[in-house]
Amino acid sequence: MVTNITNLGRSGLSDWLLQRASAIVLALYSLFLVGYLLFSPGLDYAAWSGLFAQAWMRIFSLLAFVSLAAHAWVGLWTVTTDYLKPTGIRVAAQSIIILAIFVFLVWGIQVLWGA
Amino acid sequence: MAASVLIAPSRNHRPLRGTPSCPAAGQESVYRAVNSKRPVNLDLSTIQFPLPALTSIVHRITGVILFIGLIFGFWALDASLSSPEGFASVKDALATNFLAKLIAWGLLSALAFHFVAGIKHLLMDIDIGVTLEGGIKKAQITVVVSAVLIILAGVWVW
Repeated sequence: MVTNITNLGRSGLSDWLLQRASAIVLALYSLFLVGYLLFSPGLDYAAWSGLFAQAWMRIFSLLAFVSLAAHAWVGLWTVTTDYLKPTGIRVAAQSIIILAIFVFLVWGIQVLWGA
Repeated sequence: MAASVLIAPSRNHRPLRGTPSCPAAGQESVYRAVNSKRPVNLDLSTIQFPLPALTSIVHRITGVILFIGLIFGFWALDASLSSPEGFASVKDALATNFLAKLIAWGLLSALAFHFVAGIKHLLMDIDIGVTLEGGIKKAQITVVVSAVLIILAGVWVW
């Protein structure tokens, strides 16, 4: 069993499941956004901000951003543990990644609720 | 059981060696073999990768690119939702600015590949095509489908 103090779910199996569940949410969210933009050629600010003003879109978006945070951490944790062998460099890189994920998450929440 | 087997492919880019974080069946014998006097070739630049290995590494690379690209994605979302002027500036940049178009196309391309390769992973998770032939065929399909999507994304952006 893969256990490590820096991985998200404390076990490889838990990370594996989180990665799949978040992948499905992100797949649906990107399909929705790309589809929406494809099928609204003359999109204006009123329609766009109206979409993000609706409760279901904010819930869907926040779900996607939280999934993104988990998905990015599991993926980048795997990549950094595989390729960055010196502990100092790996921990530094992982710290920057965690900080970036946190910033993206807060930024996303701020965009959704227009602080 | 299927899960623990399927975690293995994500570690295929690493040379075989016993590490505390990656205990595997037969680890001891692998470790001993690597430490013996037998010649080993773990120089990645001299190893020819099979197609599934290449799609797997590109899946990782596109994941890293998408993470970095989030800066542009969140910037565009933030600006476009902030005010009518912000929306107009994002729309204008995507309509006229070559660099903005290139970044949009690049990120859509990375998303397309990562998406298709991710679907491939999910198919393997439900035991579809988990054979050597199936793996090669799914890697080929991944390349072809994402190439088509990347061209379509380019048409969309320009």
